[in-house]
Amino acid sequence: MALLPLKIEGACLGRRGRRWIGPVDLELAGQGTTIVIGPNGSGKTSLLRMMHGLERLREGSLRWSCPLEEARRKQAFVFQTPIMMRRSVLDNLAYPLRLGGMDRKAAQAEAEAWLDRVDLAPAARRDALRLSGGERQKLALARALIRSPEVLFLDEPCAALDGRATREIEAILQGASTSGTRLVMSTHDMGQARRLADEVIFVLGGRVHEYSPADRFFDQPETPQASAFLRGDIVE
Amino acid sequence: MSDLWLGLQQAVWLVITLNGDLVEITLRSLQVTLTALVVASALALPLAALLAVRRFRWRRSVIAVLNALMGLPPVVVGLIVYVTLSRSGPLGVLGLLFTPTAMVIAQVIIIVPLIASIAHQSLRELWSDYHDLLISMNTTQRQRIATLLWDGRRALLTAALAGFGRAIGEVGAIMVVGGNIDHATRVLTTAIALETGKGEFAMALALGFVLIALALLVNLAIHWLGQTERGGRW
Repeated sequence: MALLPLKIEGACLGRRGRRWIGPVDLELAGQGTTIVIGPNGSGKTSLLRMMHGLERLREGSLRWSCPLEEARRKQAFVFQTPIMMRRSVLDNLAYPLRLGGMDRKAAQAEAEAWLDRVDLAPAARRDALRLSGGERQKLALARALIRSPEVLFLDEPCAALDGRATREIEAILQGASTSGTRLVMSTHDMGQARRLADEVIFVLGGRVHEYSPADRFFDQPETPQASAFLRGDIVE
Repeated sequence: MSDLWLGLQQAVWLVITLNGDLVEITLRSLQVTLTALVVASALALPLAALLAVRRFRWRRSVIAVLNALMGLPPVVVGLIVYVTLSRSGPLGVLGLLFTPTAMVIAQVIIIVPLIASIAHQSLRELWSDYHDLLISMNTTQRQRIATLLWDGRRALLTAALAGFGRAIGEVGAIMVVGGNIDHATRVLTTAIALETGKGEFAMALALGFVLIALALLVNLAIHWLGQTERGGRW
């Protein structure tokens, strides 16, 4: 059963009477890459975490097209600061497969194939915590992709990376998108947004201000706030 | 000073000659303490992991009680176990009083809170690192606990060693429930207490030195087996 479309209606996040984001209404469907942009503190990370189910809704609803348990298995998340498990690089990568019930040898063989794909094979036996920032993010990305998720959420995965590491990450992402994984990614890098986006969600003040195809958003933004943001003005 | 020197000499002599009584007492000390350590670890480590990953209403209170129980007076534990296992007690029918099993039970009660409390401190930090990742991967509670125990194993070794240290040096509880019976329940600590009572300070010191050496050896062996401080950053 397909995971998408995802329907979000009147969804709000918050705690102790304070609303972080919402109400959010949107429908995520189809293929390709959705880029979430907006100023700092606008709610990009919270929106991604909410869609992935890492935050509990205070109001509203969020429905995948398949049962929740199945939906959870079919999606993955890459965090802005990669979370490395206290294991070797190979064992970090094999971990999701082992969770899925694959036996150790088969999981390690699959993980080794993925390490080749992301150019981390020489580091297979190293402690994951000793990797550089770029290597960590590549490992986190491979670990998220190894179970072929239908939807992959990425929270500014290239935030602290140099140009070369960013290019490598983008190549992996484009490969995943070509293979059919739906990407939903936040970024501050407008160049990256233009390179990768098929559609854009512009978030401001905890609300989805604009959600449109990338060409239209970048050429003819619907709202003055989006226009100002694209011009590089300070938008609050 | 002469007693110390004499004790050290006697300890060396007892070890070199593999004194029969010493070997028997030492082996019993090891048997009782290691058994208690294994049982206590099997109870305390999953409990520590559960307290780290699971949110429930009385969680904070349970942690507070666990921390408080680290200072449990061993003699009182011994007394409670004694009453429970004595003929008129609820478990008297098992006939365990004055056996090594009773000593193991007392030691387990004493070291479970210690191991669980120290382990919980480490696992709580590890869980805060792993929380988002493991939730995101849709892990079950059992998988989360297993992952924390595996990835935190080196820190957990320290908790287990603290438990071993407390158990091997314990005298009050096991004297009460074991009875310090020769060739049956006598261990190094109760033997030291006995020799001191008899005024045989040299012999008591000799046994003390053997006890210290034993504790150090077991600690070193566990560190070596666990590869602590080798390789990784954790």
